[in-house]
Amino acid sequence: MLSRTADHLFWMSRYMERAENTARMLNVSYETSLLPQSAAAVEAGWEGILSISELLPSYLALYKTITPRDVMEFMVKDVDNPSSIISCLRAARENARAVRGTLTTEVWETQNQTWLEVNRMLKSGEFERDPGQFFEWVKFRSHLSRGVTVGTMLMDESLYFMRMGTFLERADNTARLVDVKFHAMNNDFFGAPQYGGAETESTQEYDFYHWSAILRSVSGFEVYRKVYRDVIRPERVAELLILRPDMPRSLHASLNEVLSNLKLVAHDLDSDTLRDAGRLLSELAFGRIDEILATGLHAYLTQFLDRVNVLGGRISREFLMPSAA
Amino acid sequence: MRQFDEMYSRLPATGDAGEVRKHYAAYARWLQAQDPQTMAARREEAEMIFRRVGITFAVYGDKDEDGSGTERLIPFDLIPRVIAAQEWKSMEAGLVQRVTALNRFIHDVYHDQEILKAGVIPREQIENNAQFRPEMVGVDVPNNIYSHISGIDIVRAPDSAGNGEYYVLEDNLRVPSGVSYMLEDRKMMMRLFPDLFSQHRVAPVAHYPDLLLETLRASSPATTAEPTVVVLTPGMYNSAYFEHAFLAQQMGVELVEGQDLFVKDKFVYMRTTRGPKRVDVIYRRVDDDFLDPNVFRPTSTLGCAGLMEAYKAGHVAICNAVGTGVADDKSIYPYVPDMIKFYLGEEPILKNVPTFMCRKPEDLQYTLANLKDLVVKEVHGAGGYGMLVGPASTKEEIERFRAALLANPAGYIAQPTLSLSSCPTFVESGIAPRHIDLRPFVLSGRTVQMVPGGLTRVALKEGSLVVNSSQGGGTKDTWILQD
Repeated sequence: MLSRTADHLFWMSRYMERAENTARMLNVSYETSLLPQSAAAVEAGWEGILSISELLPSYLALYKTITPRDVMEFMVKDVDNPSSIISCLRAARENARAVRGTLTTEVWETQNQTWLEVNRMLKSGEFERDPGQFFEWVKFRSHLSRGVTVGTMLMDESLYFMRMGTFLERADNTARLVDVKFHAMNNDFFGAPQYGGAETESTQEYDFYHWSAILRSVSGFEVYRKVYRDVIRPERVAELLILRPDMPRSLHASLNEVLSNLKLVAHDLDSDTLRDAGRLLSELAFGRIDEILATGLHAYLTQFLDRVNVLGGRISREFLMPSAA
Repeated sequence: MRQFDEMYSRLPATGDAGEVRKHYAAYARWLQAQDPQTMAARREEAEMIFRRVGITFAVYGDKDEDGSGTERLIPFDLIPRVIAAQEWKSMEAGLVQRVTALNRFIHDVYHDQEILKAGVIPREQIENNAQFRPEMVGVDVPNNIYSHISGIDIVRAPDSAGNGEYYVLEDNLRVPSGVSYMLEDRKMMMRLFPDLFSQHRVAPVAHYPDLLLETLRASSPATTAEPTVVVLTPGMYNSAYFEHAFLAQQMGVELVEGQDLFVKDKFVYMRTTRGPKRVDVIYRRVDDDFLDPNVFRPTSTLGCAGLMEAYKAGHVAICNAVGTGVADDKSIYPYVPDMIKFYLGEEPILKNVPTFMCRKPEDLQYTLANLKDLVVKEVHGAGGYGMLVGPASTKEEIERFRAALLANPAGYIAQPTLSLSSCPTFVESGIAPRHIDLRPFVLSGRTVQMVPGGLTRVALKEGSLVVNSSQGGGTKDTWILQD
């Protein structure tokens, strides 16, 4: 298939996945902000959202203070913010439109309909009336988009590049989420009691809500209970989201999908792209959470993000934008 | 002015149901029985579907609120334009004849120039024409076909006895568009009103992409059994992008942009995820000027450097061929009946509109004296831009054209204002007659063929004669009734 076509398909899926993950994070922050807590904690939560997307500086260039309303406005409706939900959905639809002939009618119409509806919802004030409902809608459209893709597309390269885009983006987004949320805990809370120190009732409560929010943002709350049958412990949350191959939004599961789709399109079995992906995956497959925590979670995730980024670049150079032969 | 309506031999008026033509009788009965609210609901349904499916065209220069290019729907009218089988038969024969002669003409112009030597067309009309491509002189193309896809615009106007007479208004031999609307309009009608199709024997059109693919494959220069065909688009911001993507998908071929192609050793390749792949036939929807920066406009990024070299070497087919514009120019149009006689030795079946060539002093004089009654067109204009419809224009507009004409007489032609036939159409106030034209799409490969009918365009503004979508025109489904 045309490299440019593959490129559009890859990015169409990435943007849709990004829109979903942004909606997930915003939704959890929005729900958390409804709980009783200090103003500083609220602000830290929303600041985290901006840090995850590396958007704090551009946000602060527009707004003086961090308020839930402004962050949501910026992350949902701002067409000048390339990571806002509206921008992601627009980019997904533009990429789809560029290759609409390659997509099945159902896939194209799903993308187009999402775009038409999001505009209507944002103009009619539906988002402001019920942000939670809106975030659920974005998630639903992303589920639908993935489902209609798997359910109708011919199982050939087109599908493989779309799947690769989805899971590479998901690996990146989950890693950012875990990094920022753990980082936040370290900063304002982890200082004393978590490892070793005495736990007070209020810190336990804070813990529960903090970790359960992270889990819920990746639909992992019920999964956690099912897998561990235990109270929520940070190291287990980290293990679930990083190393568990059966947790659909974990780094391990995402890389599994990236590699298996990459193998399906690869014609050079000795390529660096395949090697990079394979190495990254085997470290997740054979890694242990206590080792990762001992060497430092932040350092580990920063390195992981770099490597995912390099892998994306390699995929792009090998398949999507080859220089003239 | 005398008026010809496609559906009524006598238009309905207050207290008078009018008189319906025979081939519209069954439709008229059906329409009579429809509840206006249902029809209104169907109109909304059609619009919603077109929007969801994304059947849109971009309007150049316009921006929507978000600052992005506007994607607009072409208004679709629910009342079909119906043509009786007998009439279509003669029109089809006329189209085959005309397109055959036009292809012969283009080949002649770039080879022996017999028609110029015979003095049928003045030499300077060809060689001074901006659409004449010296690069094509002596270049052989497969089957000697230049215009593989021809969109011939046909209008109907009443003769002195009040009968409708078909005229060819213009030939579009470069990159004619609109065929996707013909196909989508039919799909929409069948979806909205399946019962109508069980009551009428409407000739199907859905096999157009098949015929197109057959035509393109027949043009392949390679001896390979499986030629690789691609559709070349300027990209998703082109006004006809939907159509490019649609045709590529329907034919199951790649939709490429200039950046996807490259030329190596005079062969054309596309960049794929598995390395370069040879391309044999390019159905290009990009104008000549942008095809190859080495030969034409050097700043163009829409084409592919080296393409003309590969083309001249006979390694790739370009459809339509480079240089077809020399035959669809408005200054050449008046000579098409002569071409038919010259190359085929036949009398033209389809009429031309009488045309005044303003480069001739006596025609210019007549035109200047009758501007308020004439339609004046720029020789190189297209899309309904750069034209004056005398009877519908203000004094100022007429004077502006008079000055332009005097400054450059050779740049214009003039024609009597034809009273284009009308067809009942849904408008704000209900159903009213609106002017229409017809664009059949004629395919020339091993044979000349077409699907029955074409795209009917309708001028939605009352009294307007301009049917172009860029000027607020709409479309209708076109039915050729089988006996």
